[in-house]
Amino acid sequence: MGLNEFWFLLIAVLWVGYFFLEGFDFGVGILTKVLARNETERRVLINTIGPVWDGNEVWLITAGGATFAAFPEWYATLFSGFYLPLLLILVALILRGVAFEYRAKRDEDRWKRGWEQAIFWGSLVPAFLWGVAFANITRGVRIDGNKEYVGDLFDLLNPYALLGGVVTTVLFTFHGAVFVALKTDGDIRGRARALAGRLGLVTAVLAAAFLIWTQAEHGNGRTLVALIVAVAALVGALAMNRIGREGWAFAMSGVTVIAAVAMLFLSLFPSVMPSSLDSAWDLTIHNASSTPYTLKIMTWVAAFMTPVVLCYQAWTYWVFRKRISTKSIPTKPAFGAAAADLVGK
Amino acid sequence: MDLAVETLDVARWQFGITTVYHFLFVPLTMGLSILVACLQTAWVRTGKEHYLRATKFWGKLFLINFALGLVTGIVQEFQFGMNWSDYSRFVGDIFGAPLAIEALVAFFLESTFLGLWIFGWDRLPKKIHLATIWAAAIGTILSAYFILAANSWMQHPVGYRINPETGRAELTDFVAVLTNNTAIAAFLHILPAAFLVAGGFLIGISCWHLRKRNEVAVFRPSLRLGLWVSVLAGVGLALTGDMQGKLMYEQQPMKMASAEALWETSKPAPFSIFSYGDVQKGHNKVAIEVPGALSFLAKNDLDAELPGINDLQEQSVVKYGPGDYRPNIFVTYWSFRLMIGVGMVTAGIGLVGLWLTRRKRELPSNPWVYRVGLWTIAFPFAANSFGWIFTEMGRQPWLVFGVLKTEAGVSPSVSTGEVLTSLIVFTLLYGALAVVELGLIRRYVKAGPEPIKPAADKHPDDPSGGGEDADRPLAFAY
Repeated sequence: MGLNEFWFLLIAVLWVGYFFLEGFDFGVGILTKVLARNETERRVLINTIGPVWDGNEVWLITAGGATFAAFPEWYATLFSGFYLPLLLILVALILRGVAFEYRAKRDEDRWKRGWEQAIFWGSLVPAFLWGVAFANITRGVRIDGNKEYVGDLFDLLNPYALLGGVVTTVLFTFHGAVFVALKTDGDIRGRARALAGRLGLVTAVLAAAFLIWTQAEHGNGRTLVALIVAVAALVGALAMNRIGREGWAFAMSGVTVIAAVAMLFLSLFPSVMPSSLDSAWDLTIHNASSTPYTLKIMTWVAAFMTPVVLCYQAWTYWVFRKRISTKSIPTKPAFGAAAADLVGK
Repeated sequence: MDLAVETLDVARWQFGITTVYHFLFVPLTMGLSILVACLQTAWVRTGKEHYLRATKFWGKLFLINFALGLVTGIVQEFQFGMNWSDYSRFVGDIFGAPLAIEALVAFFLESTFLGLWIFGWDRLPKKIHLATIWAAAIGTILSAYFILAANSWMQHPVGYRINPETGRAELTDFVAVLTNNTAIAAFLHILPAAFLVAGGFLIGISCWHLRKRNEVAVFRPSLRLGLWVSVLAGVGLALTGDMQGKLMYEQQPMKMASAEALWETSKPAPFSIFSYGDVQKGHNKVAIEVPGALSFLAKNDLDAELPGINDLQEQSVVKYGPGDYRPNIFVTYWSFRLMIGVGMVTAGIGLVGLWLTRRKRELPSNPWVYRVGLWTIAFPFAANSFGWIFTEMGRQPWLVFGVLKTEAGVSPSVSTGEVLTSLIVFTLLYGALAVVELGLIRRYVKAGPEPIKPAADKHPDDPSGGGEDADRPLAFAY
């Protein structure tokens, strides 16, 4: 495996990791409006991802930075070409990140309801738009001989890409519901399981349609394997959820995300962003990449740092492994009690 | 043609606004992360409760601020590709590497360990919990280094060659990029600058409470810490600023000449205190100057010859072809002065404050002391912003100094309307978030440090956080 292939693989791993991790926290964000019945339950949901969502989001920043370093042409074409969707994603991620931190900082209802909207839309919009973006990359977009995107916004809103967006949205919500069932206790745990069961069926139908479409149009032997793994894992996740094996169900829904995203990258290889105008203008791992020297340095850094990062992130999940329930939520926000007293007087 | 110029202008405004805004939060995050870690260390070592209360009080202000620093940082990474795609293509081979390494080495560390610190109060043994804030603080500082290495490459490109076939810059020596003397000087200057911001923050807020003799046990030590930090940071800034100025006279003489409105090559060159000039004709109408001082600052020699703007412009035309190679001199001249002036005022306030609160003395009773103390919060933020405006505007018209002009870096496939949309969206969003953040900080400052509940640290050394009881309330929850 050459350096270009290795970096294609590593960037695929970063995106897969991002969708696996932030996938469930997007899902939990969406579920705050669907599953939670009251203020305390919303706080239970938010606190299941409280300690980890921030670290999860760094996977995106690393994927972006690694793409810039290893395939600058890909980074430049993708980020300038998908301008408005990325702008929306940025706004969503900004509001969402601030919302987690600020929501419990004041006690007024209006304040909390406002940030809850930010958490919901801030999770739903990127969950949908990442699917649209990746489906478009898989499908191929209007790239000219200068490696510039020459299409417009409406070229990105085609049926295949929109279906891709719907699939990531329901898949992440399902993945999030399974995560909630794994991380909570009491009434909410049971309802999360029931909802995961129903969501899983919807996901299975939509994801199968999207992945089979992908296989038919852009598939090969490798993607077929990924397709089968994705579908089998989704069925497995549903079955495990049904018998109440929540850890296994979460592992399986995770494998579904991994296999589905991997399938898109496998269908691309060795392109990174195919041109729908002329296949001679495809961006590939060779014509979009940095020099071998840069790739070599980056490889050393990644080889040393990736295992370290994986270790301490895994440790975080271990530290916060305990289930939480409505009883674990302190009656007043930890920093709010004194604030409320003093501002009142 | 006209349209391209407009996209360029809008993209530059967006970069300026989003970067200056982002950099309001970054220095406070950097400085405060270390100071909070120090306070927590003091608590762990002495067991004194007021240190714990100070840690939690400054810690929550730190987190309110960190949230905005984090989310606005993502925009910084994305906008290179979105608005400056030709720049990204040209330098991706070099510029992307420090950015990616920053994410991998520093940003993961910062975010992951901060999550552990926020939620880990009753989940981790005391010392491990202390280590998490130190890990996050180290991540923050490392992150600054890699970003400055990337930025310094634009100020003073090293370790690269231009590939004649592709016309792109290619990395030839990564160690040279990381050990770029411009990057080291910038890092050594940014570090005290960040501490000055954190110091001013501690001074101002402590003064607000001490005026009313509120929680003196927490705020007197916090004030003294802030004062010491500001004074030491002021000394550090002067030393490293001098070092940077000398480097800049070698590497970007036009930037320093513009900072001084030094139009004609002079021997010796005076240091300008105030001037008002005519850019078209290239001279000053009014100038108050200290003779020979600039020569001394630039070369350690009272009689050294320094090149002026008009000569540098002529040399640049010979070297790079026709064009205007002068930055906006009004902006560089005044941002340079304001950076230094406002920064020194902060350090000066620190020095006076240390005298007024010296050992065993009663706290001053004059309300003006506390009023000035409160204003001190704003000065270092302003100094930092002026510093970056000077650095970035002084490099113009170059994006990569001497290699790539700013107009050549903008995205060709993005329309003016798109960039304008994002400029408006970000400006409105950032404006609204600033109001929200200021409101929250004000509220939490007013509330003051919280009492420590005795139950909270009953089992500080028990890693499982006190038994298997899943129903026990969390020490911290969103």
